[in-house]
Amino acid sequence: MTRFSKFTALFLLAAVPFLDLPDYYMHVLILILIWGFVYTGWSIMGRFGLVSLGHGAFLGIGGYTVGMLWNFYGITPWLGIPIALILATIVALIVGYPCFQFRIIGHYFALVTLALAEVVRLVIIGMRDYTGGSLGMTPQRYGEGMSVYAFQFVEKDYFYVIVLLSWVFGIWVWNLVDGSMARYSMEAISDDEDASASVGINVTREKLKITILSAWLTAFGGVLYGQYQMYLNPDTIAGISVSLQIVFASIVGGMYVALGPTVGAVITILLSESLRILVGVELAGLDGTIYGIMLILFIIFLPRGILGSGWAKPLEILRFPKDKPG
Amino acid sequence: MLIVKKLSKHFKGFVAVDSVSFEVHEGELVGLIGPNGSGKSTVFNLISGNLSLTSGSIRFDGQELAGLPSHRVCHQGIARTFQIPRPFRKLDLLENVAVSAFFGSAVPIRREEAWKRAKEALGIVKLSGDSNVDVARLGASGLKKLELARALSTRPRLLLADESLGGLDETEMEQAGEMLEHIRSEMGITIIWVEHIMGILMKVVDRVIVLDHGEKISEGLPNEVADDPKVIEVYLGDKNEVGHKAADTTVESLQSSDYISRKQC
Repeated sequence: MTRFSKFTALFLLAAVPFLDLPDYYMHVLILILIWGFVYTGWSIMGRFGLVSLGHGAFLGIGGYTVGMLWNFYGITPWLGIPIALILATIVALIVGYPCFQFRIIGHYFALVTLALAEVVRLVIIGMRDYTGGSLGMTPQRYGEGMSVYAFQFVEKDYFYVIVLLSWVFGIWVWNLVDGSMARYSMEAISDDEDASASVGINVTREKLKITILSAWLTAFGGVLYGQYQMYLNPDTIAGISVSLQIVFASIVGGMYVALGPTVGAVITILLSESLRILVGVELAGLDGTIYGIMLILFIIFLPRGILGSGWAKPLEILRFPKDKPG
Repeated sequence: MLIVKKLSKHFKGFVAVDSVSFEVHEGELVGLIGPNGSGKSTVFNLISGNLSLTSGSIRFDGQELAGLPSHRVCHQGIARTFQIPRPFRKLDLLENVAVSAFFGSAVPIRREEAWKRAKEALGIVKLSGDSNVDVARLGASGLKKLELARALSTRPRLLLADESLGGLDETEMEQAGEMLEHIRSEMGITIIWVEHIMGILMKVVDRVIVLDHGEKISEGLPNEVADDPKVIEVYLGDKNEVGHKAADTTVESLQSSDYISRKQC
């Protein structure tokens, strides 16, 4: 992607609020950007074989920490967000450090993280006096619902700008990692931990760094989602189903390419929205079933996802070039 | 420079290395030989921190290495190669070496410096032709060179070269022997060379240490060791078992790599 086309694309995206689109289209766009951001955050570690099936945990930590601090103590999200990120870091360390130190890799790592997502969901449900349990909770509206202080923007145009900036930031971080020595070390580690350690790579530390980075982005994604929907529910923002949806979308879009996870978000959200409109609510589990079938087909036929595959040449323009020095 | 004292490693009941002691001096090129399963590679894994030792001590320039994780051992200035090459298959040739140069350096270095050191290391092992080549396309000899380049790129003071000649043909072995000699003499890197093909090793090294069943059975100059009856017995087995051939064995045939390598394979 040339610099020019990058800026043109950004300009077009930034111009969207001026088009006066109906609220529903803005809603879909915002959802795509939020989830595109979250999936990008996941794939920052997922692409190196650190397949986390528990990223819903970080979404939940982000959304609920900010929401609860606001509701109970009136603490502004501007303070709540750093606190949420610190909590996400602690959880990432608690889960990551033993896993990496004791060489829990591959399927076993995935299983540990799967448990993590459920633990967070059950904790949220268990603390029902504070979190509203499985009924969910609503961050208290501040005034008219338009406030920078409360990080609440009932006008979709405003929220769109915020999520667009967040998404651009996510893609920038992805590219930063992609062009860094950390990427080479992670590729080496995912291939052979012993050999990596022998050439001086501190395997545990490198893995923790990338995991914490991914946890931060995901937790922030949870904050965005909570503040946008103004409603938090343990099943939509923590737990296994949302965690698996993150993995599914990233694989479909292509987790080895910067824009792959975003393409995954476009596909999954358009799919679930069109199913909702066409089929209605009678077949509520239909989108999940279709996800499952698609996931199987993708893993067999397009394991590198849509953007990572050769046949998607027309989409090549969406790929950022890799500029390796030397 | 390196002082190994009463080094032991037990795997459950099996004693892989049994109270081995030896010393390596700065600038030496030492051969570590012994039949398959004699504990040579285990000794390397213990020094490099890939395995934790059961008892004993490993001191490198006065610093105790026992208990250090392998990346720290690397930062102390000890690099190793693996018996079976273990390239990072998702990275190309230059990236393989650059990641080693960057993370293996004892003090943090800039990325540009890492790429530079990687190119230098590839030059030393004569592998600088096409640095963007996919490592899957390197042959056995190329992979051995890559192992060596990765180790050298970390700027070690002590190089542990593990059976670097396995799977090579005669000319490639000669070249690899010369390369280690070159690395020692030109770059001033101390080398311990594990090998079971004795022929070439005997011509190049200053000193030989022989292991068998995890114990050190002999140590000395190459020709002394080759004449040691214990070594001859270990390498050629019991006379009755091997028959007439062993009875007629001389130092020359012992040194012919052909016989030994066939026995080891």
